[in-house]
Amino acid sequence: MSQRITVIDYGMGNLRSVAKAVEHVASAQDEVLVTDDPDLILNSDRVVFPGQGAARDCMAAISDHHLNRAVLQAANSKPFLGICMGQQVLLEKSEENGGTELLGLFAGQVRHFPGGVAPDGEALKIPHMGWNKVNRQSDHPLWQGIDQDSRFYFVHSYYVDPEQQDLIAATTDYGVSFASAIARENLFAVQFHPEKSADDGLRLLKNFVNWTH
Amino acid sequence: MLAKRIIPCLDVDAGRVVKGVKFVDIRDAGDPVEVARRYNEEGADEITFLDITASSDNRETIVHVVEQVASEVFIPLTVGGGIRTEDDIRRMLNAGADKVAINTAAVFNPEFVKQATDRFGSQCIVVAIDAKKVSAEGEPLKWEIFTHGGRKPTGLDAIEWAQRMSDYGAGEILLTSMDRDGTKIGFDNELTRAIVEAVPIPVIASGGVGELQHLVDGVKKGGADAVLAASIFHFAEYSIGEAKQFMDQQGVEVRQ
Repeated sequence: MSQRITVIDYGMGNLRSVAKAVEHVASAQDEVLVTDDPDLILNSDRVVFPGQGAARDCMAAISDHHLNRAVLQAANSKPFLGICMGQQVLLEKSEENGGTELLGLFAGQVRHFPGGVAPDGEALKIPHMGWNKVNRQSDHPLWQGIDQDSRFYFVHSYYVDPEQQDLIAATTDYGVSFASAIARENLFAVQFHPEKSADDGLRLLKNFVNWTH
Repeated sequence: MLAKRIIPCLDVDAGRVVKGVKFVDIRDAGDPVEVARRYNEEGADEITFLDITASSDNRETIVHVVEQVASEVFIPLTVGGGIRTEDDIRRMLNAGADKVAINTAAVFNPEFVKQATDRFGSQCIVVAIDAKKVSAEGEPLKWEIFTHGGRKPTGLDAIEWAQRMSDYGAGEILLTSMDRDGTKIGFDNELTRAIVEAVPIPVIASGGVGELQHLVDGVKKGGADAVLAASIFHFAEYSIGEAKQFMDQQGVEVRQ
């Protein structure tokens, strides 16, 4: 059965890679749409919400594109995948830009990495950039076919710290153990970039495209 | 913890891979898409394209190369060579590159790096540094920045330059030893170590890899966050999988 998968475009970051990766795993009949139109977003079967850049710029762009309601409504009603800033903005508040109010779907903060030096003597450089292990905390359908502690590609300086621990679908260690994936009902959101994480990333996207919640 | 990255580098001239990539089971070894796909299958952590196109008529071809590769290969892609303006950067990012490497343009106009990182974010701006040792035997170690493939000295001290580029927001340093480039005798690990200790951002070691132990040395002796090599992978002397297995055996954390 064909479906429409929408990638939300609010001018923050290059969405080409996300759209291409989703197209790569979707079936030939599926329609992958990159749009900022709230009606199209709400009329689609699945929603991918990516994002890059600073928290304040992202929030301003979401607001400029009149997307606050559509994003929240989609996040509460249909298969929804947040990626990178698309995960962070779902929380209440970020430490970035001297404190930024976010969409507030989940109680909790977005915090800056502490940096410093790891126990093995490695410097914990910021941004956290490269391939790190994702330790899943649940048997979520989106992890199907992906080994425990598989590596995914990360680029970020802030991480989500949700109040509700049962939201955490995976953790990753980088000086702190942080929530690299969160999940609730129809929503899944990751800090890493599945669209840049080779086979395991594509597998996660394919699982999302096939996810029946 | 983060894995140390292995990055194959492809020289591209007018849309074709040059320097004779020799894979036995590849249909067209000059096709950047095929070569990139192959490296991805072998487990490359990123791929870097260096556009060496001399003729301005053919400059546009690298954009199409990036578009095609980014539609099929889902790992980070970096493009260097001829990045001189914000427009060049935007075109590469729109085509699907994740990062651009700025080299000569940074030397001639250091403010360009600041403008680029302000506009596009540090995470997508790599500053490529070509350095040569200029200290004599017995003197304190000193390296200088060179341009034009290592022919033109600039008078810039490599460590001070790297610090300045980091201060200007560069997200990463791609550090090539022009003394070692093409020699196959290993990285200049003293140079890598000096830069790694001088800047808080990741450093990619480049220039001189001839065997797998050199990759390990780049990480262990040089302290590099990532290692870049061209010919040992192109000529299929070693696969990236073999390189990772060897590094893992030597105690280097890699993605497998």
